[in-house]
Order: sequence, then structure tokens, then C-alpha cells
Amino acid sequence: MSMTTEAPGALYAAREPVFPKAVSGPFRRLKWAIMVMTLAIYYVTPWIRWDRGPHLPDQAVLVDLAGRRFFFFWIEIWPQEFYYVAGMLIMAGVGLFLFTSVLGRVWCGYACPQTVWVDLYQHVERWIDGDRNAQFRLLKRRWDGDKMRRRAAKWAIWLLIALATGGAWIFYFADAPTLAYRFAAGAAPIVAYATVALLTATTFVLGGFMREQVCLYMCPWPRIQAAMLDETSLTVTYKDWRGEPRGKHRKAEGAEQLGDCVDCNACVAVCPTGVDIRQGQQLGCITCALCIDACDDIMAKVGKPRGLIDYFSLADERLARAGKPSLPAWRRVLRPRVFVYTALWAGIGLAMLTALFLRDTIDLTVRHDRNPVYVTLSDGSIRNGYEVRLLNRNPEPNIFRLSVDADGRYLRLTVAGADASALPVAADETRKLRVFLTAPAGTPLPGRTEVVLWVENLHTRERAAYTTHFSAPSQGDRP
Amino acid sequence: MSAEPTRPADPETGTVTTGHDWDGITELDTPLPRWWLWTFYATVVWGLGYTIAYPAWPMLTEATGGVLGYSSRAEVQTQIARQAEANADIAARLAAASFEEIAADPALYTFAEAGGAAVFRAQCSQCHGAGAAGSPGYPNLLDDDWLWGGTAEKIYATINHGIRWEADPDTRYSEMPAFGDEGLLSDAEIEAVADHVLALSGQADAPEGGADLFADNCAACHGDAGEGLPEMGAPRLSDAIWLYGGDRVAVIATIARSRHGVMPAWGARLSEAELRQVTHYVHSLGGGQRASGD
Repeated sequence: MSMTTEAPGALYAAREPVFPKAVSGPFRRLKWAIMVMTLAIYYVTPWIRWDRGPHLPDQAVLVDLAGRRFFFFWIEIWPQEFYYVAGMLIMAGVGLFLFTSVLGRVWCGYACPQTVWVDLYQHVERWIDGDRNAQFRLLKRRWDGDKMRRRAAKWAIWLLIALATGGAWIFYFADAPTLAYRFAAGAAPIVAYATVALLTATTFVLGGFMREQVCLYMCPWPRIQAAMLDETSLTVTYKDWRGEPRGKHRKAEGAEQLGDCVDCNACVAVCPTGVDIRQGQQLGCITCALCIDACDDIMAKVGKPRGLIDYFSLADERLARAGKPSLPAWRRVLRPRVFVYTALWAGIGLAMLTALFLRDTIDLTVRHDRNPVYVTLSDGSIRNGYEVRLLNRNPEPNIFRLSVDADGRYLRLTVAGADASALPVAADETRKLRVFLTAPAGTPLPGRTEVVLWVENLHTRERAAYTTHFSAPSQGDRP
Repeated sequence: MSAEPTRPADPETGTVTTGHDWDGITELDTPLPRWWLWTFYATVVWGLGYTIAYPAWPMLTEATGGVLGYSSRAEVQTQIARQAEANADIAARLAAASFEEIAADPALYTFAEAGGAAVFRAQCSQCHGAGAAGSPGYPNLLDDDWLWGGTAEKIYATINHGIRWEADPDTRYSEMPAFGDEGLLSDAEIEAVADHVLALSGQADAPEGGADLFADNCAACHGDAGEGLPEMGAPRLSDAIWLYGGDRVAVIATIARSRHGVMPAWGARLSEAELRQVTHYVHSLGGGQRASGD
């Protein structure tokens, strides 16, 4: 970022507008493909349907905040299983480290939403205002009718994109077709309108006006990546040993001394963050590689080999300066930190998959009453109370049976207001019960007996157990 | 702001340095982006507006109220009112339903249990304990022993009218005389009665003459075998549950001085729905009796 101050010692600097020039080439095509893919995933996902039977929503990806459920195709996550989400976030983080250690800031250059939406906005800008130079001229021009029309058209299209961005987000949190209809009819919850308004505003401002300022001043990732990169990570590199001294005048005297750089400024003109890559690695470079496309184009025209600006590592740079060939690609990939990141990433993923496939469709949790721990009944028998929750993760209602295990045979199990041998639990729901275990008077009991409560799904015969305890007065306290 | 042209620029970046030099290390004085400054001003304006709109500035006796008239207390009251309004239908259904109907209807059951637990914690737990286990003199509501009957209807009547609560004409009185204080029995006779009472629950051997004294003085209310009489609030003496303690000293004290426990009548303080909720809650704690099995 060529940050020039207004005056020496100025405390604040205005943003210098950046008007990147249109460019074509393999990296531009790659960015197109990734943009189409990421936007398609974002906009289409909430509309994918997924049949889960009559009792559950049929939206493939749904964050049901009111119902406390997260649906992802065949996977359903309950709030107490939030560790799956935590695991996904850790995997996303480690994955980012992995990609950064091998490929540098590919996230910034291709996949970051800020990059994708700014790219989209800049295409709109070029379509309405023309390319780089026309945009410059338009900026300097007084506000005549044509400029106002162009500005109105550009901002209107930006706003529509922003509205679609914010609009798509809410569909992840409710049934998309229903919400779309209610949203249009003015009958959606106020939080839906507020969310869309907020995301529309941030998309419009961040994509249309803040742009590279987000990367330079707001985003922590350009700082964090300094710790992630090492000398074998790929960065966009200007090969100054080949390009310098740069010069335009190839026919002038002493031109044979000049390097390959013809100082055409094409690399600067196409840069979406407005940096001059020839100044070396810098915070503002998001490694989108558009300058590589631009420079390769020029090199072809002046009859020089491509790659004056190229993806290159510091290790390769040292070799190149010494006149040696670059390391083979596998040397860049096969190194300890890549293995460590891969192992971490895959390990967490495998552990979560295993846990996911081994998880039961029914479960129970038991909380023993502590106030009081036991109750003496009129006939002298001892009763303990428990709060039991039966979890039915099946997509249909099931009948459960609750029982106490063989070691606790002398204990009688009863459920307040229900029959312990036939407890209906609704589909994908939890049922809270008040359960009592009673020991007849005169039963010889220690102060604390371990007991196991079993729940069985009478439809599937699946069972789950919970170990708790039965409290009784210690022998000296007996009446 | 006066420019300081004397400060050196960094040769690599062209940015002015702070002018300080620590053993050859200098610091870039990179200017902040202008929009950051405007954002800062915007937050200042927002902050000022906020303190005008909402309660903020501390004065001598209280803080400024804010032109919007907001208060967190009013917000809570609004939320409570909104909640009550949302529950109005089911509360009306609950107030009209019998306890059998409440037990059979899952929606009413859940509403009554949750609401009853809230009422219990607020109004009842001071004496009966948060877990309803009571303490000496305050009945344990978890067990199956009830002074005035354990069906939902009887529990409802007890909560509604209270015990020995003179403001309520329908309140309950259990009138056990203080046999010692009133000189009705001698100390030796009281001890004999106490031993007989302990014998009823198998805790002592029956003493000589205790049975006659019991039959003459106690059996009218407590029954010949100490089975109790819920209509009179006379506790069963043959079981394992003792409100004021079941050892010999405690039983002697009870006979000699009597115990006249008091419970407020809640009919005047709770709504019909709340009364039914807390009745259902107490009935569901584990000792509630069914009407037929009474």
C-alpha cells in the first residue's frame, strides 16, 4: 500500500480511491470460477430440500434457533452437542493454517467474502462507469446529469446485490420458501427485517466504499498470517533480480543494461488493493494474482518469458538469486508443519465422524434430588426423587420403558403422572419426568447405593443407561 | 495541527517517523485512516444522544430519566404483563378445570407444574423449604402423610384457607389441648401417654395404664390405634413421620404444651389459577393421593 501522507506528520489520511483495471488470464478465470462457486453455495444452499419425514423440517441446512436444533442434510445437532460445531470451527481454523502454510494467503485472494463481494462490486462498477481511466475521469468530473445517472445506477445495483446478500442469510434460520413469502408480504418477524437491513448496509458499505480498507485496517488475518507463513510458503513475488533496473525506453542508450520490467505499471493498475507489488511483500497484497495475469500479458507482448511476477517462495527466491533452479513442489508440501496441520485437521474430523456414527438415537439424563436427598414415608420406606429427561432423536414418536437395574431389584420405580412401562416421547423431543425409587421399610441399605436407570425404546429395542445413586439415612439415623 | 517538517521520513516506506530513536530503531508514524476519525466522532455523537435519550447522568438524588422515559423496571413489568397476556387463555382454562382434568391434559399439566413451582419458590419455600422437605414444625410435602388430607381438593382447601388464620372464616383449627399446661394430666400420666404413643409405631413397649389414658384423652381425634383423623387435622401417630420430632422428649413436650402451627390463607393473595398451579405442584411432589384412594 503506497500510503502517502497529506503533510509530513499528518495524523489522518484520506482513502485513496482504487480503480483496478480489467484483466484476463488464468488466475482471473480461476477467480471467476471460485466466485461463481462460493456465491452459488451461499445463495442456493437454503433452498435445497431434504426429506426427514412428517415430524421434522425438510430444509437441508437449517439453524432452528427457536427449536434449538441444527440440521445439516442427514445430520441433526442438539444444543448439548455443540462440540460438533466447535470442532467444525477448529477444523476451519486449522484448515486455514494448512492452506496458508503451503499456498500463502489464498483465502484472502480467492475465497474471502470481502474479496468475492468487492470483486463483484468492481465488475458492476466497470460495467456502469467503464474501465480504470474512465472511472478516474468520472470521479474528477463535476456532478452533471450523466454522472448522477451513472452513480444512481451503480448504487442501485450494489444495493440490490447487498439486499440479496442479507436476504439469503435469513433463509438459513427458517423455512426458506415460507419466510420468502412472509418477508415479501410484510409478515416476517421484525428480527428478519432487521437482519436483512444490517447485512444490506454492511455489504453495501464494505463492498462499495471500504473495500481494501477492510483488509488493511479491520481484518486481523493479514496480521495473523505473518505467523503462519514461512520461507517455503507461496507469495506473489516480483523477481527484481530479473526485472531491475526497470525502464521504458528500450531503444535508448544503455538499454541493454535494463532488466525485463518495462515499467508499464500494469501490475499496479490491476491491483484491487492498490499496492505496487514491485515493492516486495506487504500487508496490502491479498495474493489474488491478478498482477501475474497482467504482467504475463505484457511479457508476451514484449517477447520475454512469463513469470516476472509469479507465485514464488522466499526459499526459491534465494536459490534464484544464486542462479539455481527452484525446489520441486513436493519439497514445499512435504514438511513437518504441513504434516502436523494435516494430522490435526484429519484427526479432529475423524474423531467427530466416529462420534457422529456411534451416537445413540435415544438417551437419558438423570438428576438426583439433593433437597432432600431422601424422604421417609409413613410406613418407614425410603424414597428418592429424580429428574429424568428422556431424549428421542428419532424422527418419529416412540414409546419408551424406564426401569431400574437388577442390582437395585428391591427398589420400586414409579413415575409421577405416568406409567413407567409405556412412556410416549414425541419425535425429536425431550420428555422431562419426575421419577421415584422407593425401598421398602427395613431394607438394609448403606447411606449411598449405586443404581443404574435403563431406558428402552420399545420400537427399536435400543437401550441407554445412566448411573446414579440411591440415598438412605445412615444406620445410626434410622428411626 | 502544525506540520513538523523536521521529522525524518523512513527511506523504505516514505512514511514519516515519530522522530524518536531507540538504539537505531525508529517508529513509523503511519497516519490513521480518515474514516476511522469519522467513525470515532459518530460514536461520540451516538453516545451523547444515548445519554439524552436514556437514563444516564447521576444527579443529587437520582439519575436523569432520559427523554424516551425508559426504565428497566417498566420493561420488566411490560414483559410480565405480556407474559400474563400470552398465558391468559390457558390460565382461564386452568382456573376452570378440575384437578383430574389438569392431570390428564399435557398442556395444563406442564403449565400448572411450572407455574406452581414458581409460586412455591416465591411464597411457600420460606417455611416448607426450597425442596419442600419442610423442617420440624413445618410439614414435609414430599411424603405421603397429610394432616388435612392429601388429595388435590384437600390440599387446595388447605392452601386456600390456611391453618389457624383468623382473617379467613373458613380457616382450619386443630384444637389439641396443652395437657400439661392446662393441668389436664399429671407429669407421670403424660409420660405414660407418650410411651403409649411411641408404642403405637413400635418404638417402645406399651406401658401400664397408657392405653386407658390414651383412650380417654386422645382417641377421640387420633383414633384408637393412632390412625389419625384428617378431618380434624389430627396426625396419624402410628407411622414413621413426626412433624415435631418422634423421640420421647419431643412427644412429651407436644402432649404437655400442645403445638398450634399457623399457615396463612393464600386465597386472598393468589389468583385462582395460581392456587390451582401450586396445588397441582404440591400434589405432584410425590405424596399426592388420589380421590378414590383417600
